[in-house]
Formats: sequence, structure tokens, C-alpha cells
Amino acid sequence: MIEATGLRKSYRVGRGRGASTVEAVRGVDFAVRRGEIVGFLGPNGAGKSTTLRMLATLIRPTGGVATIAGVDLLRAPGEVRRRIGFVAQASGTYDDSTARRDLVLQARMHGVTKAVAQELARSAIRAFQLDDFADRKIRTYSGGQRRRLDVALGVIHAPQVMFLDEPTAGLDPPSRVRMWQEVRRLRDEGMTIFLTTHYLDEADSLCDRVSIIDAGRIVAEGTPSALKREISGDVITIGFGTTGAAEDPVGTGVQTATKLLADQPYVHSCEPVDGALRLYVDSAATAIPQVMRTLLDRGVEPGAIEARRPSLDDVFLAKTGRSLEE
Amino acid sequence: MKLVRDTWLVFQQEAGLMVRNPVMVAFSLAQPITYLVLFAPFLKVVMVDRGASSYADAYRIYVPGLFVAMGLFGGLFAGYGLLSALRAGIIDRCRVTPVSRTGLLLGRALMHVCLNVVQAVVVTLVALPFGLRVHLGNLLVSYALLAVMVLLSTSISYDIALLVRNENSLGVLVNTVGQPVSLLAGVLIPLVLAPVWIQRVAFWNPFAWATDGMRALFTGQILQTVVWQGALIMVGLAAASLFWSSRLFNREVS
Ligand SMILES: Nc1ncnc2c1ncn2[C@@H]1O[C@H](COP(=O)(O)OP(=O)(O)OP(=O)(O)O)[C@@H](O)[C@H]1O
Ligand SMILES: [Mg+2]
Repeated sequence: MIEATGLRKSYRVGRGRGASTVEAVRGVDFAVRRGEIVGFLGPNGAGKSTTLRMLATLIRPTGGVATIAGVDLLRAPGEVRRRIGFVAQASGTYDDSTARRDLVLQARMHGVTKAVAQELARSAIRAFQLDDFADRKIRTYSGGQRRRLDVALGVIHAPQVMFLDEPTAGLDPPSRVRMWQEVRRLRDEGMTIFLTTHYLDEADSLCDRVSIIDAGRIVAEGTPSALKREISGDVITIGFGTTGAAEDPVGTGVQTATKLLADQPYVHSCEPVDGALRLYVDSAATAIPQVMRTLLDRGVEPGAIEARRPSLDDVFLAKTGRSLEE
Repeated sequence: MKLVRDTWLVFQQEAGLMVRNPVMVAFSLAQPITYLVLFAPFLKVVMVDRGASSYADAYRIYVPGLFVAMGLFGGLFAGYGLLSALRAGIIDRCRVTPVSRTGLLLGRALMHVCLNVVQAVVVTLVALPFGLRVHLGNLLVSYALLAVMVLLSTSISYDIALLVRNENSLGVLVNTVGQPVSLLAGVLIPLVLAPVWIQRVAFWNPFAWATDGMRALFTGQILQTVVWQGALIMVGLAAASLFWSSRLFNREVS
């Protein structure tokens, strides 16, 4: 349904001598099949929104090509618009309007008559359960209600492909779960969904496939489970609290431990993250006693130790050397 | 036609939001009415040598000037609305639909036109008890001229807004351009009282022509050449400026 090759976007910023170029997206390739939910996972400024806005015909790519629902993005943007829906990162509604007014207008902008638009608005209000507040001013909505309206607006014309830019950013956990249900429902209705997120759990549980993007490039791509399988074994996180000697400033514990453990045969790799140390090992059960012995032999007192299965953050860390959660 | 339909759609939406905010509309009338009540009487004194012997004369001179000032400033601040709609992502949401790009801009501009004409009607009604008398046909023509003027100033504001993309710069530019243009159009005191050099500069001010045309309409001289000259200048400039704003508006979009 979506095929992109070498999609690039650079922005010129400043004027005259102070001008420079920001490489927002540096050539991304990906394909999304019909009926899939595919996510772009990446930190702030990775180029997620820019990619989405290029695909939604809002900005012109600096380079590369893309086809959406069989239509060439650059040659026939008007045709693309008929086939896609888009929900931007920022809300995109007037505070003084109401859900029903905006839904009717949105449908009419897609070219239907007033009567049809009113019917479409009614069924969208039912489908997204906006009944309780559909005729209230939008400024009185909660974050989750507003976001549900945003998505309802984006799909009012039953597009084949739906682009969602951070559909759950800033929502509380129940609203996020609610939004995931809506997204899955849309997929079950036959839509192909391409979304961006910087939440690991969202990419993990909602997306069929994930592309991890960092600094304008895709660094890894696959199903969440395949990506995590690339990181074999277990992950051990060792905290270094204030348990060290009083004269030890925070951080030396991590540094010493890194030096001690990096060369141990049972450690695949270790990365300091946020005052803690993350170890990648074959099996946590056998590694933890060995870690403890090595550290205590040299007088390093470890804090909390936690073992878990690898997450997408570990994938991100392995590919970029940084953690998404920082 | 699609452009007409889409323009109407956007106009309805924008006007609907304006109507839901009557307090804003009332406030926007405060300034013109203040000038009408507290400034126009001065003109009777100032213009007494020029044949303004009564309040009726003073208002016949001042109300058309006020229309031009309203038309100029009413439109010049329209860019704020466009910038906030851009920032809120409202424009993006519309741009992803097949709706006409030009319609998105034109519908908004026409809302400002409509708002200003309504304000002009209110101002006219308020001026009646002070003795303003004007031929109805001429009054309607002056509303039409005002409408074109608002279209021009709105699209100038859109041009600036789309170029600077920043509310602060827009505010500064609009004020530094708007003040001299309105004074040099003789909106407060007619240019006949101005020194010669000001009159020479004002010759190049399109809004001065519009003001002269507007005043001629109010004094019942609809056949004076300055009426159609002023109208022609406004129509030409409005068309050119609108064309340019829609070019700027569509620039980033394929
Ligand atoms: N109009 C613009 N002009 C200049 N630079 C821009 C512009 N838009 C985006 N950028 C830059 O491009 C890069 C990618 O931005 P983008 O909005 O795509 O990031 P993102 O992945 O969506 O981040 P976030 O999670 O914060 O939304 C950033 O460095 C940003 O500063
Ligand atoms: Mg973004």
C-alpha cells in the first residue's frame, strides 16, 4: 500500500551567510502492506513527522519517490489525497467549534453533500463514542477525547491508508489503551495504518512491524519480536545508587563496573545508561552470581539488580548507542 | 464550480465561528464608534472654512474616511488568524483533503470582508442620529468599494504573514505600514488640508484614491471620475495581491 524509496527532506534555515541546511530525513526506504499497522519508532527530532508529512502531500520531498495505494506521490498528489487520511501531531481543531461541526465540515471538504456529511458525522460520533460531548465546545474536551476526535476527523471519508502522527502522545494510560483499540478497529475495517510513536510499548503491542528511525535514517526494521530476537539472551540492569563509598561521586561506580565487566566472557556487551549499567548476557540466571562476585571482589557495591527479556529500547541502544528512554 | 463551493464552505465555517463569538465582534466595533462619536465633532470645527457648517457635513466627510480606516486595519490584522490556524494544524488538516487551496484562503478573506461590511453598516446606523444623510444607492456602492478594500488589505496581510511566518514581525510590519498609509489617505482629516508635499506623496497612495472616491460617494457625486478611478485601483491591486497570496499559500504544497 505504501512504498517509499530514498525519501529525503532537507530544510534551509536562516538567510544569507547564516544559512544552513537541516537534514531532517536522509533517505528512508520502507514498504507497508495492505491491512498492516506499521510504526515509526524514534526519539524527538528523528524525522518521523517530516516523513509522514511528505507522504501526506503536505511537504514536497527533496528527493526520493513513493507510491501510496498505487498512486505516485509526486505526480498525482491530488489522487493521493483522495485515498489517505492524516492526523497531525498537533490537534488541528478550533477551540470554539464542536466535534459535530468539524466532522460535517471535514466530510464536506471531501466533496460530499450536506446531508451525506451529516450522516457521516453521525456515524463517526457513534463509532468513536463521541456522543457525550459532540455538541460541546472543543475547548472543554479532555486530551483523550480531543485525540479521538482528531482520528475521527482523519477517517471520516474511509480512506484506504491512514497516517497517524503520535496518536497517543501525552495521553494517560487508559486513554492510550482506548486509542489502541480504535486503531485496531480501523485496521479490522480494512485500513492500512502507518503511525509514528516514541513509546516502546506502543510500538511493541500495537504495530505489526516497526521501523526504528534515528537522525533521519532507518536503523532497524522488522516485527517487534524479530527485532528483539536480534538481541539474544537476557538483559541485566545494575543500578549504582548512593551505596558506594561516601567520597565516591555518583558515576564512578558505573565507570569502574563497566571496566570490570566489559571483558568478562559471559557479557556480550555493556552500555552505561542513566547512572545504571545495562549488560547483555546469554542467561541472567547464571550471569548474576558471576557479576556479583566480580564486583564485590573489587569492592564495588552494586545497587538494585534487575533481569528482563530484551525490549525495543535494547534494540535502539544496540543500533545507536543511546537509549530512547533518556 | 469547485472553487466557489469550497470557498463558500470555508467561509461558512469561519463566519460560523465568528458568530459564536459575539463579544469579539462587539469589541471590534468599539474603536470605530469611539472615533465616530469623539473625533468627528472636531472636524466640524476644523473644516468650517471648507463648507462643513453642520454635523451632517462633518459626518459626511468623516464616515467615508472611517470606512477606509476600518477596511485597511480590519484586513491588515487578518494574518494573525491565518498564522494561528497554521500553527494549530487546522490548515494542514484541510490541505490533506481535496479541498481547493485557493478556496481555503479566499473563504477566510471573505469572512473578513463580510465582518467589515457588517461593521460599516453598524457605523452608518450609529452616525444617522448625528445627522449623517447619504443616498442609499451611493451608500451601497461605498459598501462594495469597502469590500474590495478589505479584500486587498486582507490579502496584503496574508502575503506578509506567509512570508514572515511570525506574529511579532507581522504586528510590527502591519503597524509601520498601516499607520502612514491611513494618514496619507486622509482618513482622519481630508488631504485638501494637507501641505503640498504630503499631497504629492499621497498621490501614490492607492488608499488615498479610495478615500476620495468614498467621500465623493457620500457627497452624492457618484459620477465623479475619482469614484471609478479609486474602485479600479482597488480592484486591480486586490486581484494582484490575492493572486500572490494564493501562490505563497500553495508554495510548499505540491
Ligand atoms: N520547517 C522546518 N525547518 C527547519 N527544520 C525543521 C523543520 N521541520 C522540522 N525540522 C527539523 O527536522 C528534524 C526532524 O523533525 P521532525 O519533526 O520530523 O521530528 P520528529 O521525529 O517528528 O520528532 P518529535 O518526536 O519531536 O515529533 C528536526 O531536527 C527538526 O528540528
Ligand atoms: Mg513529530
